[in-house]
Amino acid sequence: MKRSNVATQKFIQGNEAVVEGALYAGLGFYAGYPITPSTEIAEQLAEKLPARGGKFIQMEDEIASMCAIIGAALTGQKTMTATSGPGFSLMQEALGYAVMAEVPCVVVNVQRTGPSTGIATTVAQADVMQARWGTHGDHAIIALTASNLQDLFRITVEAFNMAETYRTPVILLIDEVVGHMREKLTIPAPGEYQVVDRLLTSVPSGIDYHPYLPREDGRLPMSDFGGVHRYNVTGLIHDMWGFPSTDPAVAYNLIHHLVDKIENMELEIARYQEFFTEDAEILLISYGSSARSALQVVEDRRKQGVKMGLLELNTLWPFPAEAVRRNSAGKNYILVVEMNMGQIYQEVKKAVQNPERVYLANRFDGIFISHNDIGKVLNLIQGKGV
Amino acid sequence: MPVKRYLRQRFFPQLWCAGCGHGQIMASLIRAIEELGLQKNNVVVVSGIGCSSRMPGYLDFHTLHTLHGRALAFATGVKMGRPELNVIVPMGDGDASAIGGNHLIHAARRNINITAIVMNNNIYGMTGGQSSPTTPVAAKSTTAPLGNIDPAFDLVELAKGAGASFVARSTTYHSKEMQNMFVKAINHKGFSFVEVLTQCPTYYGRKNEGVSPTEMMKKFATTTTSIGSPKKKENPELIERGVFVDQERTEYASSYCEMINQMRKQK
Ligand SMILES: Cc1ncc(C[n+]2csc(CCOP(=O)(O)OP(=O)(O)O)c2C)c(N)n1
Ligand code: SF4
Ligand SMILES: [Mg+2]
Repeated sequence: MKRSNVATQKFIQGNEAVVEGALYAGLGFYAGYPITPSTEIAEQLAEKLPARGGKFIQMEDEIASMCAIIGAALTGQKTMTATSGPGFSLMQEALGYAVMAEVPCVVVNVQRTGPSTGIATTVAQADVMQARWGTHGDHAIIALTASNLQDLFRITVEAFNMAETYRTPVILLIDEVVGHMREKLTIPAPGEYQVVDRLLTSVPSGIDYHPYLPREDGRLPMSDFGGVHRYNVTGLIHDMWGFPSTDPAVAYNLIHHLVDKIENMELEIARYQEFFTEDAEILLISYGSSARSALQVVEDRRKQGVKMGLLELNTLWPFPAEAVRRNSAGKNYILVVEMNMGQIYQEVKKAVQNPERVYLANRFDGIFISHNDIGKVLNLIQGKGV
Repeated sequence: MPVKRYLRQRFFPQLWCAGCGHGQIMASLIRAIEELGLQKNNVVVVSGIGCSSRMPGYLDFHTLHTLHGRALAFATGVKMGRPELNVIVPMGDGDASAIGGNHLIHAARRNINITAIVMNNNIYGMTGGQSSPTTPVAAKSTTAPLGNIDPAFDLVELAKGAGASFVARSTTYHSKEMQNMFVKAINHKGFSFVEVLTQCPTYYGRKNEGVSPTEMMKKFATTTTSIGSPKKKENPELIERGVFVDQERTEYASSYCEMINQMRKQK
């Protein structure tokens, strides 16, 4: 297939922007199981991947899909799966495996209304905490999101980059509105966006290779299955060879490593955008499709002379606490806008020095939160009535 | 026989109980790989969770010890990622046919070129002797203290029904036969399935047989018979050993590669 060397423009859906971003980042293998509102990602890749020499497989369920992308990742491929709530729940055990075995891969969750089957076709952002803590055991995770197609494309490429850099699964936590809305997307020319490829070991054949001995900078160069180094990969606590161990010191060090390699990198991993925050007296904090309505409120109120700003989060985990704290300092009100019962709201309260000034504007009934919904809450906290 | 050449001796002694059949199956598998002359770098062994699934850790190949029941799903990713590699998947009976039953039938249906080996000891060994889908009716386990009332799977019939293009059964008593089947199964282009009846003296044996591990293993000589032997007519209870299915059928990973080539030609 011809790949253009210049930027191209498309008018497409959010789910297709994920596909374009993944292909730009070098996706080689996708496994998935159909579920609304993520299915378009699988359908598009079933066609586009083989045309580029990559591979698509429809597995028997989401458990198998998650397992298959881990297996393929160990052969050197960049891999991805996409799903929504019910499927994301099924993936949790294998997601934890990827955390433990430090296998780079990308998991897309196009959030819909839950719990359980919920409402299959309507929007929600209620899997934020599941993304953080859905799999068992102490661990850290990276979760990214976006509110428009251009950002979504960029953050998808970054999801693959971070997966490789930190040897971890990365969750792309978008929502039904972003997944299904249509906008113009400019696909950058190859080379315009940085693409991080797998860091491979320089240890030559015949020399003992330690797949799980971090370098001084914390990174773990890999060796692909089929290569010259034969090693063990396991979900058990393991030593530097990947061999199971029950030694408390080995367990302590490994769990610390898994958490620290991400939590200590908060500043490097944090992606966020500040709109009119410099002189703002009121700060909105939002992410995903909610941030679109939040931005509209900010723009409207600015016209009325209200000093209001928006902090849009693109990284949800590790929580960008520094950015939230800095932007919240000295504000009269901080209003978190999201479509759940306050999952990021609670994190913001923990992060800021003025938690009593943090309020929540939310919806969780499947209806997209509008600028009016946010406006009403603003009026209330400003003592203006609804 | 230089079996040691294929072992990661750094990680010995292995964790299996004395008299466990799993080690015998590992030895036959190594001999089969030696007989086939496979390069170590071209072999990936993928397992789930269970006593049986600890095998890959001891083997000097690319080894992937995964989640209970999910080995074939991981293995499917490995095979699609690098179809030129030989992918071998040892599983326990519970691993393969309870929690992993769905992956088993779908791997068989796709006819993906993976060699599945079920080490059937009729019990959950690792968790201490609970019933599995192959525990015979009336046998005792920690979760069937009065005797099992759940009918058992015939794994060979299950694999046949799901469309596996190579299906065979042997036992730990018949180590040379088992080795020959492994050779054929690994050579087979498509999904191959080998059930090996094996002994768990620690749990199944203690609850049901009360004999030494060697006696347990020797019993396979009298409880099984070759396919088509007249003994089966005299005693229908006998379990048949041998190759039940050996067919040529379109293999999944290679037909995917063909599709890629076609798409590229069209462009
Ligand atoms: C999701 C999940 N459920 C349950 C277990 C506990 N578990 C570990 S091994 C096992 C059964 C092992 O039996 P089998 O597959 O027959 O292997 P064997 O130990 O007999 O070789 C179970 C239930 C687990 N590890 N993961
Ligand atoms: S418990 Fe049974 S299956 Fe497990 S190692 Fe011991 S004898 Fe083998
Ligand atoms: Mg068993």
